[in-house]
Amino acid sequence: MIIGAVIAVELKDLLGAIVAVGAVGLGLAAAFLFLQAPDLSIVQIVVEILALIILIRAVGLTEKSSVRKSNWVSPALALMFIAVLLVFAYKALLDIPGFGSPILKVSQRYLFQGLKETGAANLVSAIILDYRALDTLGEATILFTAVIGVLAVIRKIGRKK
Amino acid sequence: MTEYFLCWILFCVGLYCVLTKRNLIKIIIGLGIMEYAVNLFFILLGYKKDGVFPILSKTLETKPEMMVDPLPQALILTSIVIGLATTCLLVSLAMHIYEKYGTYDVRELRKLKG
Repeated sequence: MIIGAVIAVELKDLLGAIVAVGAVGLGLAAAFLFLQAPDLSIVQIVVEILALIILIRAVGLTEKSSVRKSNWVSPALALMFIAVLLVFAYKALLDIPGFGSPILKVSQRYLFQGLKETGAANLVSAIILDYRALDTLGEATILFTAVIGVLAVIRKIGRKK
Repeated sequence: MTEYFLCWILFCVGLYCVLTKRNLIKIIIGLGIMEYAVNLFFILLGYKKDGVFPILSKTLETKPEMMVDPLPQALILTSIVIGLATTCLLVSLAMHIYEKYGTYDVRELRKLKG
């Protein structure tokens, strides 16, 4: 996945870059499957395909990718910043519990009482639709706001004044 | 530990893309990569060794003690959908910019503005 991401970043051809990022997304779906999250895997596949279609629609407008002059100052600065970030991330990652042994403080209740309190066999959907239903309401709000934003941006009628 | 760090490297690839690339579509791709990395990081945090998916079933005989953490999965499910919505919004804005200025290049846009 990292290799795919690097290819996606460095390809000059935009269409190729989008295909590479699609490979990263589908790899993420496979990774979710290995990490025992089947619901997420399904959603990720659907979302990935939709995102690819939208991105390809955007790229279909361009005839050629622009020729870029090499500018060395900005990549060097960005790499220095990222190196500092990685050092701090490494220090922070030492403090969290190791891979494969989560804390499970809140989830303990969800796991053991989930069936009794909500009656849903799938605990992920029990959390989404029952324990954290307000969260999901917020998600729907964001989704509709984004749709309204897209419509406002791309509509043709009423803009030519 | 190693998994977390690899995930961070993926995040940094996306960050590098956003910081250095001049093309709007490339910047959107970088944001998408960062989003993937964050989602993956949350799921990695919730993973339990030899765990099973958090679905109760009579036939599979899975116990709650051996399930992976369902809370990050539920949150990331929300986050993936929101990511799609933001990508849609960004792409539509980029397309509008392209229609108006005829380019995706950020530097060209700055020149045309003046």
